[in-house]
Amino acid sequence: MKTITPPLDGPVCPLPLTHHDQIVLGHGSGGKMTHDLIAKVFRPPLSNPALDAGDDAAVVQVCNVAPNQAPLRLAVSTDSHVVWPLFFAGGDIGRLAVCGTVNDLAMMGAKPLYLTAGFVIEEGLDIAVLQQVVTSMQAAAQEARVQIVAGDTKVVQKGKADKLFINTSGIGSINTDIHINGSNAQPGDIVIVSGTLGDHGIAVLEARGELGFETNIQSDVAPLNHLVEAILSVSHQIHVLRDPTRGGLATSLNEIAAQSQVGILLEENQIPVHPTTAAACEMLGFDPLYVANEGKLIAIVGPDDAQVVLDAMRATLYGAGAAIIGEVGSHHPGRVLLKTAIGGTRIVDVLAGEMLPRIC
Amino acid sequence: MCLGIPGKIIEIYQINNMQMGKIDFGGVVREVCLEYVPDAKLGDYALIHVGFALNILSEHEAQETLDLLKQVSMSEEPVDDIFG
Amino acid sequence: MKHIEEYRDSHLVQGVIAEIRRMTTRRWVIMEICGGQTHAIMRYGLDQLLPAEIELVHGPGCPVCVTSLELVDKAIAIASSPDVIFTSYGDMLRVPGSRQDLFSVRANGGDVRVVYSPLDALETAKQNPAKQVVFLAIGFETTAPANGMSVLQAQKQGIHNFSVLVSHVRVPPAMHAILGAPHNRIQGFLAAGHVCAVMGYWEYLPISRQYHVPMVVTGFEPLDIAQGILMTVRQLEQGSARVENGYTRLVTKEGNQSAQAVIDRVFESCDQKWRGIGVIPHSGWRLKPEFSAFDAETRFDISEIKTDEPPVCIAGLILQGLKKPYECPAFGTQCTPITPLGATMVSSEGACAAYYRYRRD
Repeated sequence: MKTITPPLDGPVCPLPLTHHDQIVLGHGSGGKMTHDLIAKVFRPPLSNPALDAGDDAAVVQVCNVAPNQAPLRLAVSTDSHVVWPLFFAGGDIGRLAVCGTVNDLAMMGAKPLYLTAGFVIEEGLDIAVLQQVVTSMQAAAQEARVQIVAGDTKVVQKGKADKLFINTSGIGSINTDIHINGSNAQPGDIVIVSGTLGDHGIAVLEARGELGFETNIQSDVAPLNHLVEAILSVSHQIHVLRDPTRGGLATSLNEIAAQSQVGILLEENQIPVHPTTAAACEMLGFDPLYVANEGKLIAIVGPDDAQVVLDAMRATLYGAGAAIIGEVGSHHPGRVLLKTAIGGTRIVDVLAGEMLPRIC
Repeated sequence: MCLGIPGKIIEIYQINNMQMGKIDFGGVVREVCLEYVPDAKLGDYALIHVGFALNILSEHEAQETLDLLKQVSMSEEPVDDIFG
Repeated sequence: MKHIEEYRDSHLVQGVIAEIRRMTTRRWVIMEICGGQTHAIMRYGLDQLLPAEIELVHGPGCPVCVTSLELVDKAIAIASSPDVIFTSYGDMLRVPGSRQDLFSVRANGGDVRVVYSPLDALETAKQNPAKQVVFLAIGFETTAPANGMSVLQAQKQGIHNFSVLVSHVRVPPAMHAILGAPHNRIQGFLAAGHVCAVMGYWEYLPISRQYHVPMVVTGFEPLDIAQGILMTVRQLEQGSARVENGYTRLVTKEGNQSAQAVIDRVFESCDQKWRGIGVIPHSGWRLKPEFSAFDAETRFDISEIKTDEPPVCIAGLILQGLKKPYECPAFGTQCTPITPLGATMVSSEGACAAYYRYRRD
């Protein structure tokens, strides 16, 4: 039978630009859409140097009353927690709320001191659930050795909040000789990560039950300020610290590469991922580099101190799985590249919007 | 077009007269439909795509292929008659 | 993970590539038909390791990319209807329709849910008897058995609030369209391993003969793809044109008979519009009349939607393998994964998205 082939029409582009005039879920994913939203809607009217620096926490100065005393440097941060479900393997919204802000402060090299906690509670929530969350916050605060010194409570009608939203803000003090921020990475620096990637994101996805899989993966949610203290005590060459939360390692490294105007080259074989997390990502078509973490940090360190920092990290509770995963260079400024497991090189981009399980 | 990965069949049962099972992908367990692999046995590896087992993986063929590729990657001369 | 890690072994992959290098004496143009293979090639940087004489061209093997604009618009229209729970595979949510995508429908209050499996959509229908549950049943032959089973089960179990919006595409007619096109440059094919796991590869024998083109059934891990390329190059260098199986651990010539039986039972052949290419006769599947009760196109009155298509996006030429993403004037500027002009940029498997994500230089 002769097969008749159709005349091909040539290029037909399906579509004009999709303008998002309204907020969609992708704006909250921590990736490019979030950054664009911040740049277009929030930053212009609110701009000031501390905000514009774009780090995990703002660094501000308070001038003391005594004129010949150096100004006090503080780190200030705020974080809202809307995770669903409230409880998941390894953690809950309360622990997340405390650790999230403690970690943001610690990433500036600050000693976290005081937190506030604001609660938006949906009508109908069991008080026992609220008590459980608060108990968890107390335990996390104790572990981090911070105090929650102010709070607020609002109740909204059923349907107006997903059971419970928590906002935490925090203040920490920064020693005069510490200058850690996203613009400090330098060519020659070594990139270290404190442990396995992607565990939190997968644990939460599993707890949601929508994709129907079961694992023994636990969220890694943890306060990292003691780990930061440990490495600060052995090195003055720590240039950048960041905790790769929404958007994962890939997004955080891209932010740093852009802020510091350097290139970062990663070694795929060195990046630690728990085998079960890796398997879950395979099944869903996710890349662990983009999955959220809540108890891990990236440290970008001068080359001479990389080994002592690594050793110091590995000696702490939350840094046992630390590994060197790459280095900073002057080629491809603003770009993150990865040497793949088979020896090729590819770009590691920021997360675009929402990460979706794929069939392709 | 076809994100499919192999997983080990660890349970087989019936739901709504459909052959179903639990698959273990390296520590991740999920329920899948086994209607398309009626000869599946516990311990078999199957290709899973969108919650369905599409074929049983032949361990024998897998090993043969890997052995052949190991030969290819070790040899210095062109290997002309691989794969028959 | 067993049966995956072994095929990512750097030493083996490099060894096979060295063999390809030894064997290659001239330029060859090879197409990988499957989006998953494109993704793997870009993600591992495999194409950089191949000899320069081998050009890999990315075929239209991404069902998300090739789903017609009209169907996306129909999906959006249905999802926007009251009392509808619209379920879909994840990657379809960001595909742009004429005015919006399924994500925006959700933002406007529509109940749009991602499911991993069509049986989950069926379960959703059972749990929500007062709602209409619609499942967006897209895919190549690989996904048809799963989509088909959901319809069969809906009929068997009497789940009448369930319906499917079908858009299935088939590989063999696409191969004909590509190889028969006047400017075709493709000399060899890596056939899609998982499509063949279902359908076998007996359909490719007459195509290979007609156009004198070697075809190798190929898997998705770096070692599989390197092997597929090696086998294709070997044939090209020898001047042969056969269909060979490079994915023997999962593919047989006949394919999966019980899966094919369900496809035959539920679907029938139809002409299908491929986004960026046009209508390819007999290249799609639609529900057979006896299942029309479960056909969302019948259940929801959606009239023919006509759309104007802007000229900038060259997704068509890219899907046909005639141009590379970076040859498009809009690539990376007007057209990015956030602001996609065409489906090849939206889908994580699309060639443009793969290039944008992994290879922007």
